[in-house]
Amino acid sequence: MKADMAYTKEMFEKAPQELRDAEGIRRPSIKYWADVWRRLKQNKLAMVGLILLIVMGIMSFAGTQIAKFEYYEQNLTKINVKPNSEYWFGTDELGRDLFSRAWLGTRYSLIIGLLAAFIDFGIGVVYGGVAGMASRRVDAIMMRIAEVIYSIPYMLVVVLLSVVFSEAGSGTSMFVLILAMTITGWVPMANLVRGQVLQLKESEYSLASESLGASKGWILKKHIIPNTLGPILVNVTLTIPRAIFAEATLGFLGLGLQPPKPSLGTLANDGLAVMPIGLFYQILIPAILISLLMFAFNVLGDGLRDALDPRLRK
Amino acid sequence: MSKYFLKRLAMAVVTLLAIITITFILMHSVPGDPFANENKRMPEAVYQNLMKKYGLDKPYSHQYIMYLKNIARGDFGESMKSNTETVNEMIARGFPVSAQLGLQALIIALIFGPVLGAIAALYQNKLPDYISMIISIIGVSVPSFVMGSFLIQFIARNVDWIPIGGWGEWKHTILPSFALALMPLAQMARLMRSSMLEIIGQDYIKTAKSKGISRTAVIMKHAVRNAILPIISILGTTISNLLVGSFVIEKIFGIPGLGMFFTTSIYNRDYTLIMGVTVFYAIVLIAMLLLVDIAYTLIDPRIRLTEEGR
Repeated sequence: MKADMAYTKEMFEKAPQELRDAEGIRRPSIKYWADVWRRLKQNKLAMVGLILLIVMGIMSFAGTQIAKFEYYEQNLTKINVKPNSEYWFGTDELGRDLFSRAWLGTRYSLIIGLLAAFIDFGIGVVYGGVAGMASRRVDAIMMRIAEVIYSIPYMLVVVLLSVVFSEAGSGTSMFVLILAMTITGWVPMANLVRGQVLQLKESEYSLASESLGASKGWILKKHIIPNTLGPILVNVTLTIPRAIFAEATLGFLGLGLQPPKPSLGTLANDGLAVMPIGLFYQILIPAILISLLMFAFNVLGDGLRDALDPRLRK
Repeated sequence: MSKYFLKRLAMAVVTLLAIITITFILMHSVPGDPFANENKRMPEAVYQNLMKKYGLDKPYSHQYIMYLKNIARGDFGESMKSNTETVNEMIARGFPVSAQLGLQALIIALIFGPVLGAIAALYQNKLPDYISMIISIIGVSVPSFVMGSFLIQFIARNVDWIPIGGWGEWKHTILPSFALALMPLAQMARLMRSSMLEIIGQDYIKTAKSKGISRTAVIMKHAVRNAILPIISILGTTISNLLVGSFVIEKIFGIPGLGMFFTTSIYNRDYTLIMGVTVFYAIVLIAMLLLVDIAYTLIDPRIRLTEEGR
């Protein structure tokens, strides 16, 4: 290179706008959740589940509105009517409209499932997060306690609590049902969160944050929780059908919500009583609704897990 | 090794004590006492005698210790509603029935579940995969009470020699066993499929293949053997699910098992029976969990090593 090379003014002109734009990213960058959603959309079964859930969610509110009768209205002249144009799902042995009862039951099942999963999520994240961030000793003690709670058979607790907090034959309040389900239900979530926290605590970005003087709580809130959201979401999606199933089983055993409030389990229980006299539709309808709900949540949870799994990414 | 087992055993005892205590507290926190609301005109002397008979006149702490002592001796007390049978006799009558049903269901699930899952994995994204995955999705989505009533409606009503319900001969157990087995079967199939898929991709499978071992030998000896481990690890949960399932199945098919006693004791508010059956179930379950745990550590040495390393 020549030392006496002249630096002329032209050499320092601004580059034209087009050239600068060439460096820009043309397409919007795909964020983590957008990527998950994009891959979830390709999973047909999961989308069927999602659509099914949306439809059933809407119907659980709209269904009771478009029904011609209230869920508690009895018409003793029209008992055990088979499905027809007036009673779309037929009537039960008290002459109540099953269309309205089935959708209200779906609503209660959904509410119980969602609330139970939400509470499990809340307790699990806090407990698991604290155990994961705490010292080894505290962690060991907390996990032992969780282990003991979890090895108490879940259904026995649910049954016992329902027995204790309800009068004979009068059913259980929704509060007790949810309490009973969450009392042991939070443990898997806590285990999951703790495992993730232990793993992410060692990650470089947590270390960087710590060396910049961040507190434990800050690291947990800013770095660890957001990164565990994926597996947590999958867990929540798969907890909901478990709670719905537990509630339905309780209802079927006669420990469901107080009558006349219907849940899918109590409707199936009523249906079973009239099945021997040939009225199969009364158990068929709640059976189909509950199976659809469980199916939808299960395939959606599976789809989410696959969409979030980095190993399946191309 | 033995230290690990001792630790597990201690945990099991603590859990059992926790369950007994919780059950005791719950049953004694029921408002009123079991005889108060039943016969309002019960003479005072009779009432006092009843309270005395069940030890309800003593302070709670005394009752609790008595209860623990009795359980340690294997005595669950007397039923509050049945005058002819003690709780022990009811358990002795109901448990074999439930155990047979549960065992048959477990065997069905253990045979068909892993096979279905393995086939699905070996034919990934082909027809056999789709078929077995449809079966397992139905299995996890359809609750056992739905399955049970469908089996009655569509099979028992159409096939002459299969009874609708009841108990006694072996043919009575066919439908209930299948209804009970479906959910664990489906769970096992799903688990087996994913663990099989993971293992098929491992290097040692490639090595085995490249050494010229036949396809069957690779699958049976190298893939299935490793893939089956997660199934063993969920056996404890499966047994616990079978138990809950049996409450429902026994109700549908009218089977006089322990689940039936449990559900009727709930209806009747027979507190000693509820307590007895709960604690008995807990003992059985915890023993099962312990056995599964020990079996698992014996089969898979990796678990033992990591547990001891902690």
